[in-house]
Amino acid sequence: MKDWRYWLAEQRGTLLAFGIFIVMFAIYSANHPAGFTANVVQTAANKGVLLAFVAMAQTLVVITAGIDLSVGMIFTLTNCMASWLVIGTGLETAFGVLAVLGTGLLCGAVNGAIVIYGRLQPIVATIATGAVFFGLALLLRPVPGGSVNEDLADFLTGRFFGVVPASLVALLAVVLVVWVPFSRSELGRAAYAAGSSETAAYMSGVPIRRGKFLAYTLAGLLAAIGGLFLTFFTYTGEAAYASGNAYTLFSIAAVVLGGVSLFGGKGSAIGAIFGALAFRTIGDLLFVFDFDPLWQPLFQGVILLIAVSLGAFALFRVRNRLEWFL
Amino acid sequence: MSETTLGGIAGRMPKFLRRADPAVVTAFACIVLLLFLGSLYSRSFLSPEYLLQQLKVASFLGVIATGMMLVILLGQIDLSVPWAVAAGAMMACAAAAYGPVGVALAIPFGVLCGVAIGIVNGIGVAYLRIPSMIITLATNAVAQGLMVVYTGGFSPQDSATAAMRYLATGFTIPGVPNAVIIWALIGAAMVFVLTRSSFGRSVYGIGNRERAAYLSGIDTRRIVLIAFAVSGGLSAFGGVLLAGYASKAAQSMGDAYLLPSIAAVVLGGTSILGGRGSYLGTVAGVILITLLQSILSVMQMPEAGRQIIYGVVIVAMLLLYGRAPASR
Repeated sequence: MKDWRYWLAEQRGTLLAFGIFIVMFAIYSANHPAGFTANVVQTAANKGVLLAFVAMAQTLVVITAGIDLSVGMIFTLTNCMASWLVIGTGLETAFGVLAVLGTGLLCGAVNGAIVIYGRLQPIVATIATGAVFFGLALLLRPVPGGSVNEDLADFLTGRFFGVVPASLVALLAVVLVVWVPFSRSELGRAAYAAGSSETAAYMSGVPIRRGKFLAYTLAGLLAAIGGLFLTFFTYTGEAAYASGNAYTLFSIAAVVLGGVSLFGGKGSAIGAIFGALAFRTIGDLLFVFDFDPLWQPLFQGVILLIAVSLGAFALFRVRNRLEWFL
Repeated sequence: MSETTLGGIAGRMPKFLRRADPAVVTAFACIVLLLFLGSLYSRSFLSPEYLLQQLKVASFLGVIATGMMLVILLGQIDLSVPWAVAAGAMMACAAAAYGPVGVALAIPFGVLCGVAIGIVNGIGVAYLRIPSMIITLATNAVAQGLMVVYTGGFSPQDSATAAMRYLATGFTIPGVPNAVIIWALIGAAMVFVLTRSSFGRSVYGIGNRERAAYLSGIDTRRIVLIAFAVSGGLSAFGGVLLAGYASKAAQSMGDAYLLPSIAAVVLGGTSILGGRGSYLGTVAGVILITLLQSILSVMQMPEAGRQIIYGVVIVAMLLLYGRAPASR
């Protein structure tokens, strides 16, 4: 095979997610009453970017064959925190942003420590830490409220040169600063290897523990960036249980749509970003076709169900029935 | 874990204690400790009325945790509990709006809705080989969507029938709430199935190694499907009882039961990886969780504090005895 074919095989999930997103967005903007304008793109980008950050966070953990059911709660906690701290003069705001991001890192590190060094199952451990994070969020914001540095918020949710949505530029920056170095580093490869086959990676002397720990920690950071942006969009902090849970759930849907294997070791955060944007666009299709908004939860649930069932097609390729049982 | 010191202590204990699972013993010890701490806080904590009331509240969680345990024994997990509970409750109440036949069939209809959710989960896990955690999250979302559409379009009847209220709050035997009797019956049936039937043996077998179970001639996919259907049905039945207890069904009534039901099973010593665990442990876990919740609410701990303590306690107890073996 030629080089580009290897590349194509590796990026198939990502390209598929990109294709789905382009088609969905074309249908969306073609039927939108305002058409394909900078305003429509900006609104769609702002909504999609939130889920994209959380989906990237989920990707890092899923690559290690784990799952983080607390991403939505880290997102909620950092939103509540930002509504207290990201305010005031430039210096105070900068400090607030750093504190919020640091909290995200800490939350992720706690998850990682419990899962890797405590050797607990990621599902149960992150459900439990999710409860703790939500409790902390509720402690910070018993009732919705707070505010944010509006200059910074408007800058990051507005448009550059009148056309390019600033949130998309921020997303690109985060990809370049967090994801690209991670996936190309030794520890990033260790995270992939651990997800692909933990035993084989262990036997080969790959630093799987450090790789997985870094993945969980960075997942916390990415979820915190998402929480920060939520604060920029809404200007408030709110400890909403349902919304936190929904983001966890949608992040899994986005990851699956983005071609990341839930069994670990395969996929990329870029795919998950397009998965997230596609998922959001599909959800919004209902609005441009004038459906009752009541149908939206059901519609999203069905999309999720279909997306996760798509993986079942791999069963047709199984020759030996024993391969059913992993 | 210090196996040797545990063994040393166990050597001097009576025989029935030596054979007991350390996790179950720890869970029961924690129950005694909680009761002791509670009695320091308020004298009425050890009164029979209070304890019976706690047992009644525990029985709702107990019914739901029974189904969860069956699934966890397989090495899977059921995250569709929140909306299986809510769907069971709401559909049972809704059925009651359709005349006397509806009232009579309300409870079976609610449970059947839960079974349907469970069957979708089971097909996904057993036949499509989708990870249980993912497919159950998806069915949970679909069930939620269905309930939102159903209740949003028009307002259905949401008050519980007399039979549901009787099951949850009535007394057939004086002094013992019906809910406790129901939990005892379901628990006894579960113990019988797990220890005396080939289905139960198969569940443990699949939990240990599905491949080996398949090669020994067990139709593992059918067993998994049935286990998920039972779990969905029991969740919905728990919802029916809850609706009877609160005398109405509400949308988010199941949210508070996902983490506790998993925690109760896991704290009771059932391995989250499957294949190991006893129903006695689950009973201990359910009572432990209920007492913990009750003490926190008696102390008027706000919701935030409750969530934090809850998560910390679960992680701490799991770190004590729920750890996976080190990779070697």
